Amino acid sequence: MSKIQEAFQKGKAFIPFVTCGDPDLETTAKIVRAMEEAGADIIELGIPFSDPTAEGPVIQAANIRALSGGVTTDKIFDFVCELRKDVKVPLVFMTYANVIFSYGIEKFAKKCAECGIDGLILPDVPHEEKDEFSGIFQSCGVDFISLIAPTSENRIATISADANGFLYVVSSLGVTGERAEIRSDIGKTTAQIRNYTKIPCAIGFGISTPEQAKEMSQYADGVIVGSAIVKRIGQYGRDAAPHVAEYVKSMKDAIR
Amino acid sequence: MTNQEGRFGVHGGQYIPETLMNAVIELEQAYNHYKNDPEFNAELEALFQEYANRPSRLYYAEKLTKALGGAKIYLKREDLNHTGAHKINNVLGQALLAKKMGKTRLIAETGAGQHGVATATAAALLGMECVVFMGEEDTKRQALNVYRMRLLGSEVIPVTTGTATLKDAVSEAMREWTSRIDDTHYCLGSVMGPHPFPTIVRDFQAVISKEIKTQILEKEGRLPDVVMACVGGGSNAIGTFYHFIEDKEVRLIGCEAAGRGIDTFETAATINTGKLGIFHGMKSYFCQDEYGQIAPVYSISAGLDYPGIGPEHAHLYDIGRAEYVAVTDDEAVNAFEFLSRTEGIIPAIESAHAVAHAMKIAPEMDKNQIIVITVSGRGDKDCAAIARYRGEDIHE
Repeated sequence: MSKIQEAFQKGKAFIPFVTCGDPDLETTAKIVRAMEEAGADIIELGIPFSDPTAEGPVIQAANIRALSGGVTTDKIFDFVCELRKDVKVPLVFMTYANVIFSYGIEKFAKKCAECGIDGLILPDVPHEEKDEFSGIFQSCGVDFISLIAPTSENRIATISADANGFLYVVSSLGVTGERAEIRSDIGKTTAQIRNYTKIPCAIGFGISTPEQAKEMSQYADGVIVGSAIVKRIGQYGRDAAPHVAEYVKSMKDAIR
Repeated sequence: MTNQEGRFGVHGGQYIPETLMNAVIELEQAYNHYKNDPEFNAELEALFQEYANRPSRLYYAEKLTKALGGAKIYLKREDLNHTGAHKINNVLGQALLAKKMGKTRLIAETGAGQHGVATATAAALLGMECVVFMGEEDTKRQALNVYRMRLLGSEVIPVTTGTATLKDAVSEAMREWTSRIDDTHYCLGSVMGPHPFPTIVRDFQAVISKEIKTQILEKEGRLPDVVMACVGGGSNAIGTFYHFIEDKEVRLIGCEAAGRGIDTFETAATINTGKLGIFHGMKSYFCQDEYGQIAPVYSISAGLDYPGIGPEHAHLYDIGRAEYVAVTDDEAVNAFEFLSRTEGIIPAIESAHAVAHAMKIAPEMDKNQIIVITVSGRGDKDCAAIARYRGEDIHE
């Protein structure tokens, strides 16, 4: 069992997302430590990309803030190595194919293993294209995490059968960002996934309130939240850590 | 051309969110069905002829030929198509396909506005809803086209993210498609994006080279020595090349936008300055930094102002079948003015990039050699911008 899967053993998992270097890496370090303390079970670390096509305006803005602050893939690797001296929760990179491809897939995977990264999410690499990435990452002990969307339908069996780490279940159509309502039939999708794999499922996209987190946690093993956190970082900047911690605690409490 | 599982050599593929996968699979199935459907092809052919004004003329540019003093130059007049550019070929094909698939709404990205206008036109004709995403910067450069799209009943959404140009319009259209798939077809405007778009768009644009071949054989009794076109994403260029790819004696030349020069950061010449990468659904060459961040490209031409190139072009370059040269803003503006004066034809500033390169190579060639340049669009839309480039402020 991978470290990621172990994180789901202690009850419903809360998985917050933060963009590395937004607004700078010192702030990101404070936020990651505060989120671990507040009960985060796995933390997603976004490596910023200039043109994040799966993101809504909030995370797009975070990517721009981070890149204009001068963050790079190499600086993020150094930052993660430093974090790993005390941060114990599984860490998962979320970024876009070109960030890894341009770095060199194998070089990137080895660096992940060296720094203690546990998994990788690439929203622009669907099942058809994953072989180029997943084998190399799995052989370095980094879980290549697949996504299932509301439109996946007949693809659920194939994706689930091949999944590693956890399955990222996309709650709704569209890009990342808070939503007032999340579709009510998400339980059907996770039930369907259960027919094919025992791997944990975490629901993401659109979740921002403790009530939504509680509702989603009925249908899955974990809940992923990005934009609601990134919005607070946009609002409070270098002072965001305590505000994010308070929010993470309220979300974790809601799904306990 | 090789095209197994949407690949052109190493290029192409389907690097898109899972949410869109079934949509592109459904599109591929529908296309594979309708491309062999006699009724579909008859309808499209009728639209091409009766509505879009095809076949477009292959015009012997005698005065240009004499002025340059070398190879005989023919112009493939895509500028004479309805809506004033080659874009209508692809749009009529895709809109008709979308309609057959039961879609009622088209979305599109646009740079110079030509693809947006073509999509808005097809939507009006076929009774479909239409939303066009256009970089805010481009809505200023091409205000007339924004008005045309609205006049045709489309909504135009200015995109303010990133560099507020074509690449951002593509990103925004992709985002919109992930949020509304059931009734919506993304009418992609170039030979780019995820499979099957590069193949579908190429097939609809291939009518250009099919006609050139017939027309040049009628006029000259032989194939041309060079066929050339401008390249942004590369749809008019692939259309110009396609039926000549197997004719190895015909040189294929794509003219990229060098902006202020390929040794500056203000360029959009992808083959000349980019490297292999993955973006907007495809593996191909992209202008990018050492960490894979997509570069903010620049060209005077909004239609060529894109940091990537279609995967089939990337492959034609890899195997040495096609050449890709860089043409600066200055050279393109000179060609824009030169063709206007010598032939009375005002080309789109995009097409002027191809004319500019012909002005370099034609004088070096023999008088019995033949060059065909595709004039992908008309230049009325560019007059205000070129006047500004020359320091003259005119009201549109």
